[in-house]
Amino acid sequence: MSLFDHINSSPADGETNDADVPPVGSKSKIEPAIEFRDVELAFDDLVVLDRVSFTVRRGETKIVLGGSGGGKSTIINLVLGLLKPDAGQILIDGEDITGLDDQDLMRVRKKIGMVFQEGALFDSLSVYENVAYRLEEEGLDEDEIEHEVRRMLEFVDLEDAVDKMPIELSGGMRRRVGIARALVGNPSIVLFDEPTAGLDPPTARTICELAIKLRDLEGVSSIFVTHEMNNLDCLATEYAIVDETGNVCFELEGDKLCLINTEVMMLRKGNIIFSGKDEQLRLVEDPYILRFITGK
Amino acid sequence: MNPLTKFLSELQEIGYFLWRVIRGLSKSPRYFPEMVRQMDLVGVGSLGIVILTGFFTGGVLILQTYPTLVAYGLQASAGQGVATSLIRELGPVLSALMVAGRVGSAISAELGSMVVSQQIDAMRALGTSPVRKLVTPRIFALMLTLPLLTVAGDMFGLFGGGIVAQRLYGLDLNVYITSVRAGVNVDDLLGGIVKPFFFGIIIALVSCYKGLSTKGGTVGVGVSTTNAVVLSSICVIIADFFLSKILQGAFSSPLF
Repeated sequence: MSLFDHINSSPADGETNDADVPPVGSKSKIEPAIEFRDVELAFDDLVVLDRVSFTVRRGETKIVLGGSGGGKSTIINLVLGLLKPDAGQILIDGEDITGLDDQDLMRVRKKIGMVFQEGALFDSLSVYENVAYRLEEEGLDEDEIEHEVRRMLEFVDLEDAVDKMPIELSGGMRRRVGIARALVGNPSIVLFDEPTAGLDPPTARTICELAIKLRDLEGVSSIFVTHEMNNLDCLATEYAIVDETGNVCFELEGDKLCLINTEVMMLRKGNIIFSGKDEQLRLVEDPYILRFITGK
Repeated sequence: MNPLTKFLSELQEIGYFLWRVIRGLSKSPRYFPEMVRQMDLVGVGSLGIVILTGFFTGGVLILQTYPTLVAYGLQASAGQGVATSLIRELGPVLSALMVAGRVGSAISAELGSMVVSQQIDAMRALGTSPVRKLVTPRIFALMLTLPLLTVAGDMFGLFGGGIVAQRLYGLDLNVYITSVRAGVNVDDLLGGIVKPFFFGIIIALVSCYKGLSTKGGTVGVGVSTTNAVVLSSICVIIADFFLSKILQGAFSSPLF
């Protein structure tokens, strides 16, 4: 059962179907969703990633922090196969994608949703057509597509914008349409490339809440690239639950629940300079990290 | 890198790009509605400028050649000269150059903008091949519509030549039409259609390649658009020479 089913269904019909739960110890539960093994990438003399290794477990959100030019967005492009590493391996659901050709990469990309920095909506297509894009490419029935598109737009609270063109949308709305488009087809991995850059704080929070809902209610694995500490505060300290009335609400971690499905990774000049929990990050005394956190 | 090496290197890249297009032809999905849309944009959209170019080219050919023909007493052959030069050479090349300017630049700018706004990345991330979705329909659209546009340009060129011959020089229209018919053979007509078929492929291929290899933001879009028009025009002119030579051999006609 997906998050979207959950939102649209009454609490009474929300029981877990045992048949949907993979057996404990099955291969799919052990293998990380994303794994980098000693990945190296350079553009001419500029080293972008230098033997970078990390994993994103299933259902985990990896917040990638770092200044501009640190290699954050490059990681996302590598996961999508838009860039090829010079050395090392990248595994998606246990499958090494570094040697795959374009045709095989298309298959891998179908299980990944990508939210771009500026939304990257197709200018010539309406909001409906943008969100429906993947389903239309797969040749689904028109009624099915419409149902799915409206459900996604409801998830990002943009049902009224269905017939608008991207040019008519605000920056925040464009990002939300981008999220709806990325989530069509229920991908198991979602990549966020600075989705809150340039947005006002309430809209940025809305984007973060969407990412939290995906993580906690859908079990989606994600990489959330950002350079804004507000995003970290929101994603690493809050979790989403569905209350008894069926509404999604957000609570702070604390005595009741401690978030273990969110980790922070900081990059600098192509190297990982920190990896761990947000609490650990705040205790680090590295001058670069301190300056990044405090902004001074 | 010197200009010649750069040019040859670009041709190599474009050759590889063509190979990717050809490989993609055997795979689904195929974007037939997109091809029809592009045919409308390229064909119907360029009809006006091609007709205008053809009309005035035919007119200026008569304007330049008629006084000389009169000096030799050959004014009755004026239509033959226009028909031969237009259908064999000027019609295909000028139509291709006009389409390279109008459509090639538009293709390159559109794809270049999609690159810099990450729409191409988004397309790939959504599991669609930009080559199959964007490039192949444009190549087919230009390949099929440029010959038709050339025919339209040729017809209006002959018409323009006739108007000038009759109105400015008082040549009888029947004499003009008769000399046009005498000046055109089947080989000319076939050559005039085969050439734009290849020119269409060249323009679409170069423009798509330049658009998709755009770098450097909005400034890069301008650069790639200019380069697309320049490179496709040069390639059309070079290809015209070799195609003429090949067609000459194929039709075994001394007139080519």
